[in-house]
Parts: sequence; structure tokens; C-alpha cells
Amino acid sequence: MKEDPGYYDYWPYRDRPRIRWPNGARVAFWVAPNIEFYELNPPRNPQRNPWPHPYPAVPGYSIRDYGNRVGHMRQMKLLDKYGIRGSVSLSSALCVHHPEIIAMCRERHWEFFSHGIYNTRYTYGMSEEQERSMILDAMETIERRCGARPQGYLAPALSHSEVTVDLFAELGGVYTCDLFHDDQPTPVRVRGGQRFVSVPYSLEMNDSIAYAVNKVEPRRYGQMLKDCFDRLYAEGAESGTVMCIPTHNYQVSCPHRLKAFEDALAYITGHDAVWLTTGGEIAAHYLEHHYDQALADIAARQPGAA
Amino acid sequence: MALDPSFLEYPLRRYGMDHERYAWSMLTERRPVAWPGGRKLALWVNVSLQHFPLNPAGKPVALPGNMSMPYPDLRHYTLRDYGNRVGIYRFLKAFDRYGIRPTFAINARLAERYPSLIGAIAERGDEIIGHSWSMDTAHAGGLEEAAEAELIKRSLDCLRARTGREIRGWLSPGRLESAHTPDLLKAEGVSYFCDWVNDEMPYRFNTQHGDLWAMPLSAEIEDRFLIVDNFHAEASWAEQVKDACDMLLEEAKTQGGRILSLSIHPWVLGQPHRIKHLEAVLEYLSGKEEVWSASAGEILDAFLRQPAL
Repeated sequence: MKEDPGYYDYWPYRDRPRIRWPNGARVAFWVAPNIEFYELNPPRNPQRNPWPHPYPAVPGYSIRDYGNRVGHMRQMKLLDKYGIRGSVSLSSALCVHHPEIIAMCRERHWEFFSHGIYNTRYTYGMSEEQERSMILDAMETIERRCGARPQGYLAPALSHSEVTVDLFAELGGVYTCDLFHDDQPTPVRVRGGQRFVSVPYSLEMNDSIAYAVNKVEPRRYGQMLKDCFDRLYAEGAESGTVMCIPTHNYQVSCPHRLKAFEDALAYITGHDAVWLTTGGEIAAHYLEHHYDQALADIAARQPGAA
Repeated sequence: MALDPSFLEYPLRRYGMDHERYAWSMLTERRPVAWPGGRKLALWVNVSLQHFPLNPAGKPVALPGNMSMPYPDLRHYTLRDYGNRVGIYRFLKAFDRYGIRPTFAINARLAERYPSLIGAIAERGDEIIGHSWSMDTAHAGGLEEAAEAELIKRSLDCLRARTGREIRGWLSPGRLESAHTPDLLKAEGVSYFCDWVNDEMPYRFNTQHGDLWAMPLSAEIEDRFLIVDNFHAEASWAEQVKDACDMLLEEAKTQGGRILSLSIHPWVLGQPHRIKHLEAVLEYLSGKEEVWSASAGEILDAFLRQPAL
């Protein structure tokens, strides 16, 4: 085990080269609906039990199924209303279980990035070969069923190994959503030396973290989203920022929570200098226009640099 | 280091669900439902009347709301019992004031212990559904099938005898189930159950003895979950219910009738500082012409009367 994952060097926020988003936008704003499949009876991972109850874990399984049966459509309609294309964090097995959902997202030209095969299959304890095979299986399924090879990766249930990011880069991936160290994209050092970046996702704005872990009230969640946006919008005039709302169709789409989410979307999209975009588009823009400059600036600011 | 090879096998990666209990179906793909009198939103207020033994075994698992201090945990025992002595009578008054038709899920052991309470409930004519024996009888993996069959039969027999009513609905404590629960419920004459929170409308659930109907009783907006587990303010619970009502009424304009289900507990909302928030919610809901207050069974019956279901 290492003291530091080694993906990036320390790089202070102030005095960085400014990121210029398309059309003078201050904030690149993206919404990442997690569209997941949880298994009722998954094999038991030695390090993490998927369900708090013995089989069948009806409470946990059934609310997640609600997301696909009921919640997805509500959230999709809302994103349509505000002109937002989702960047889907996809359990690739869902392509097989629920192809209807994939078809609807494809019609809307949403982006799909990989979130593993099932959200009940954790990376913990996998050999490197097993993890490579799992990551590749998910990427190939998404390429076949969703029309394009996924550019991004969020490890299933945020379960990682020391080589997760390296493996994804080696298999052709471009960006990771697994790192929460910044409000801007940053270069990520991978062992194969590929040009690879972190695109800010967010734990703090993640509806599951807000509702299920931090237990916030819906109106407060809506206010948190607006406050987060206000600050990133103000600072973005100088720095160029990214705001992501990661969602789950079984959290944000419940009838008692949808209003707060809609209020925040209406507020955010009501501002002019916002780039409504996807994770892949942010990564591509950054790689083309800012990645090399960032690498140079990071190098120049390391201890002992000339 | 490696995981067992089975961890990278996906035998149930196939179209639809990864089990045989019900068919995959998106809510929006179904035929719109019309509730009686042209109303848009069926309101199902489900009151759980519960007995938490002071000496729980906690087998096969402990249920939410249970004793958590060393024996004798008087604080939790009596605070739960408060609901049956005091809180429930505040509920009944509020239901009558606002014309609400509640459904009562009752632990059979409570019916046995408090005949006057159960008599008062039965006299009202409101629907009563099974809620197992007590809050110490979890239907969960690890419970032997024969023991569970006996538990279900004993609970239903007792509740039917003590109330003189037909019991056709069931809510498992903590919404937990074993792999056998749906089959055993159907075998004992139950026609619908309320444990699965994966839908907002009734749907068919397969058992060994024919279909059950799964009725959608939301857990996410339950008083105990929001106020006790999540520490939300009472006023926030009320606001969340109103937001849910407004959202569902809006959706019903284009997609047909919807259901707002409220699972509530007299030991939670029956407290003096909380009851006004329940009353405010009931006032808000009963003030809307599009809202139809009905019992779970009445809602299911209206659903089953829809043409060409």
C-alpha cells in the first residue's frame, strides 16, 4: 500500500493558467445520471458485502429497481426540458437487462461512460488480469450497444485497485471520474504515459451522498446545488471551472425530491456563461487546449524546478 | 491475489430482471389509470400499529426501531408504546377531521394484547392488513420456511379472529422478506403485499401459488425514515409530502392516475410536537379535489377494474 496514489502532483489553485471554455463560458456544467443495475443475488466479495440484509435484500434491491422502472423517465424529461444531455454512468449489464433505457438515451445523443458491469461487483480483491477483463467487458458492451467506446470511467460502486486508472487508460480510456481533488480538470499520471485526465465529478453534489449518506433535506440539497454553482460561476470568470451533478434515478427522481432538483437546474441553466456539456466533451476540450500548458505549469511549480 | 472465478461470471446477464418474481416494465409504458370520480391522485395513508417486545431475540435480524440499549430498554419500549396509547388517538381525530380513509397494518401480538385498541380500530370499518406477529419477527433470509409458514398463519389467524375482518393485505415488518415470504403469504389467502418499493403503481408478482399484487408503499417518504433515521425536521417531512403531491398531480395530467402512499407511525408523528405537521399535510391533501383518499385494498380494486388491464 502507498501513502499517495501518485496520480498527480500538488498544484495550487491560484495563479494557474486560465481555462477558456467554448463561447466564453465560465463553468462547464454537466449532469451525470448513474444508470445502474444491482443484482439480487451477487457473488459475495470478501471485502465488501453488497447488501445489509441476508438474501433477498428486498429494501436495497427494490429501491434501486424503482430508479429504472419509475425514476429514469422523470429525470430524463427534466433534463430534456432544460436542454441538458446526460453523461450516463452506466452499469454496462443494463444494456442487456433494460435496452429500452439505452435506446431513449441514444435518441437524445447522451454520452455513456463506464461504471463497470454491475454495481454489485466490486473491484476489491481482483487480480490485475481479472480487473482488466472486467473493465474491457464493460467497455466492449457499451461500444456494441451504445454506439461508441466509452471515454470515461467511474469504477463500480467507487471500488478501486491501485491499477484501476492505469488499466482504463491502457484500454483506450481518456478520463476518470474517480478523483475528487479539484474543481478543474487536471492531467492524471498513468503508468503507460497516456494523455489522460480527471474530469471533476463530485461527491458533495452527488444525490446519493447528499440524501443517503449525509441525510440532507431535499430543499437544502437544492440550495447546496445553487450555492455550489454560484461560487464556481463567480470564480470561473477568472479560472474556468467544472460543475457536475451526479444523480441516481432512485434518489433525485422521487416525487418528494424532484422539485428541489428542478429548481436548481432552472437556476443554473438560467445563467448565460454556462457551457451545458458532457464529461467526454470537457475531457476533449481540455486535452486539446489546456493539457500541455497544465503539464508545463505543474512541472514549473514543483520543488526544485528551475 | 485474485477473486474466485465466479466473481467474473454473469449467468443472469439477460433481458429483463435477474430473477423470476416479476416482469420488467417501465411505469410510463403502461396504460393510464382512471380513479373513481375522475380523480387523479389516490391517497393511501398506511398506519403501522406495532408491538416492540422488551426482550427481542433479534433473529434472524433486528428490525428498525427496536430496543437498542441493555435490557431492560425502558426508553425505547415505552416510547414505542406511547404510539399505541396516545399517538394513535391523535391520528384518529385527524383522520376524521379531514375525511381520510386510513389503512392499518397491525402486529397480531398487539391485537392480542390491546383488545380495546383493536376493537376501536375494527369498529371504524377501516381496512386492516397483516403486519406479522411483532416487531421482533423479521421475515428474512435465515428464517426456516416451516417456521415462517407457522408465523404467517398464526399472525393472520389471530388478526382475523380478533378483528372479525377479512385480511387480504400484508406489510412485512421492516419490509424484509425471506425467499419464501411471497409464496407463503399467497398460500394463506393474502392477495396483495406492500414490501417492494420498486414501483408507484400495483404490479403482478409471481408466487408458487399464483399471483400476488405488489402495492407501492414508499419507504423514502416514511415518517420514521425521514424524521427518526435521517433527522429531518417535522416541517420538512410535511413540505416533502406536499412537494410529492404537487409533482404527482402534475404528472397525472398527462399520464393517468397516480398513488401517493404515506407510511406513518403513531410513535413518530403522534408526538405532541409533530402532530400538527401531520394535520397540516392532511388538510393540504384533503383540500385538493383531485385527491381520492382510499384504503390500499380499495385502490387495488379500482386498479383491477380498469378496462383491458
